[in-house]
Amino acid sequence: MSRLELDVAEWRRVSPKYVWVDLVGVLIFGVIVVAATSLPGIFSGNTYLFTIPAALAIIFIITLALTPRRVRAIGYQLRSDDLLFRKGLMFQRFVSVPYGRMQLVDINRGPLDRALGLSELKFVTAAAATGVVIPGLPEGDAETLRDELVALAESRRAGL
Amino acid sequence: MTEAGPPSEALPPETEPAKGAGAGRLADGEWHRLHPATPLLRGGFALVAILGVILVNLRDLWIEIIIGGPDDGPPDPFRWVLEHDYALPVLGAIALGLILFILGFYASWRMHTFRITDELVEVRSGILFRTNRRGRLDRIQGINIVRPFLARLVGAAKLEINVAGQDANVQLAYLGSAAADELRREILALASGTRAEASGDRAPSRSGFVEQRVSELLAPELDPDAAAPESVVRMHPGRLVGSILLNETTVFVLLALAGMVTAVMVTGEVFLVLGFIPAIIGVGSFYASRFTRSLRYSIADTPDGIRVGFGLLSTSNETLPPGRVYAIQVRQQLLWRPAGWWQIVINRASTSSARGAAGQANTTILPVGSLDDVRKVLELVLADPALIELVERGLVSKGGDDGFVNSPRRAALVRWFSWRRNGYALTPGSVLLRRGAIWRELVVVPLARTQSITLHQGPLSRRLRLAALSIQTVTGPVSARLGAIDAERAVGLFGEVADAAVRSATNDTSHRWRESRPGTATP
Repeated sequence: MSRLELDVAEWRRVSPKYVWVDLVGVLIFGVIVVAATSLPGIFSGNTYLFTIPAALAIIFIITLALTPRRVRAIGYQLRSDDLLFRKGLMFQRFVSVPYGRMQLVDINRGPLDRALGLSELKFVTAAAATGVVIPGLPEGDAETLRDELVALAESRRAGL
Repeated sequence: MTEAGPPSEALPPETEPAKGAGAGRLADGEWHRLHPATPLLRGGFALVAILGVILVNLRDLWIEIIIGGPDDGPPDPFRWVLEHDYALPVLGAIALGLILFILGFYASWRMHTFRITDELVEVRSGILFRTNRRGRLDRIQGINIVRPFLARLVGAAKLEINVAGQDANVQLAYLGSAAADELRREILALASGTRAEASGDRAPSRSGFVEQRVSELLAPELDPDAAAPESVVRMHPGRLVGSILLNETTVFVLLALAGMVTAVMVTGEVFLVLGFIPAIIGVGSFYASRFTRSLRYSIADTPDGIRVGFGLLSTSNETLPPGRVYAIQVRQQLLWRPAGWWQIVINRASTSSARGAAGQANTTILPVGSLDDVRKVLELVLADPALIELVERGLVSKGGDDGFVNSPRRAALVRWFSWRRNGYALTPGSVLLRRGAIWRELVVVPLARTQSITLHQGPLSRRLRLAALSIQTVTGPVSARLGAIDAERAVGLFGEVADAAVRSATNDTSHRWRESRPGTATP
């Protein structure tokens, strides 16, 4: 029982500050979900109905506790011909995208990201399922990475 | 008619007249107009039908006026108009409306022009709101010629040039039937990168309008080129009926029917049957349309790709240039197994507005066929004999040592029936993923067309030392995902596929498919 590990060079990790963004996001979502699922119990007065929000709360607490590790598990690296991306702790996922397949690169910044000076970079190909989103990049890094990716894609241009 | 501006102009002047769609070569970089019957086909028939309805409604009134009769009918607008002496103004308004309509149709036909240059195809249309659409020829994903029944009667056809993306097609509706075939040949020749002048000297035999119409109606769908490509697969009506009846829908229908009979027997109310009539009509028309669409199915190899034809009354005939197939799936549902029938579907980057054989998008390139037919179709799509042999072996194999790397025994926990044949194979140009023992499927992904490769592992798989690999291609019916592979092998495969995909994409020249083979010019 071992994790998947690729035999590759050092991963570039995302900023540790991203932990806070992720924590706040999970926390807000968790509070809303737990509150919403508690409503039937509150209104009916049936205490058994509180088992659902309680179970959900436990799941969210575990998720919160694992957040630092989950953020540390996000990594990417620019190989000679493709972008390699990894994420996930329980559900591990490795993606390789050849640079030539790039259709566009997005940089998104949410309110929390902005407060901490972070950006999220999205690499879009012709396949909707590719889904390479690198969160928690320091602003400057994200823009350099974007320019780097665009230049690499330009030099390895391929058809669709 | 004066000459059009040079083809390289950024935004051409909107004023210069265009040539009619019938005159000579169409792909000469000048502006042309569509078939003169276009307004009629695009809505004119509706106008005629509305007029007809009005006239029929007036019939009673005519009879009454001429012969004279009891004036006790129900109040209706026509009578009211007559009784109040508004006949003249109303007739005038109708006439004005008609004239405006006809003028509008005529103007929209005049303003709808297209041109095909060496680099792109461009369409201008619209009277008040002008649209100008350009497509690059080397990005063509397929060219479809659709002939709705009414259009076939007047010898017109719709040419649709598909480029990648939603709603990104350039439509030329309508063109002359022969002109459409000719134009497709020329566009493909231009797109292929040969740069050779497409030969336009094949003059169509002029033999009377009716005769020509009849011969076009009866001619097989695959005939546009001088060397007419022969369909490699013949669709037997019996097999087609069988394949349409033998599927999950039929099982559902039979269950519903049994339910209905039970309901009638239990309640004794025969009237319940009435409630099911709409459903029965719906199912019947579903079967009928599938049947008529697939009946004249044909598939053939042309120098510019595969040509797939469908349809009995309304026909569609599409050319897929090489390298426009993103993933191929050969599959067999449970009920087809005794008959040994298979189906082939593909992923492609464009979505044609014309529906395919079973009413779905044009992604089914073999609606039903024996293993023999599957091989013939694969020969057109894949071209590599070793690969085709591997696919054929893989389709029917029960597993074991058959050229595929199959799942380990411990995968039986998550792949109860199929773990023996759940596997992959890697060839120089493509990846083969095989899954399913009950619903058998085999997916071939050309490596040059992959968009990205993903390796997954969840908690259960981790415990079993398994992993899943998926290869992302453009959206389509084929999903290239294989679960329950040995984890170590999956990691190795991930690396190999990623490298091979980059290599294949670099060497791929199929967007200009003939440039790599300068010897083969246009026939």
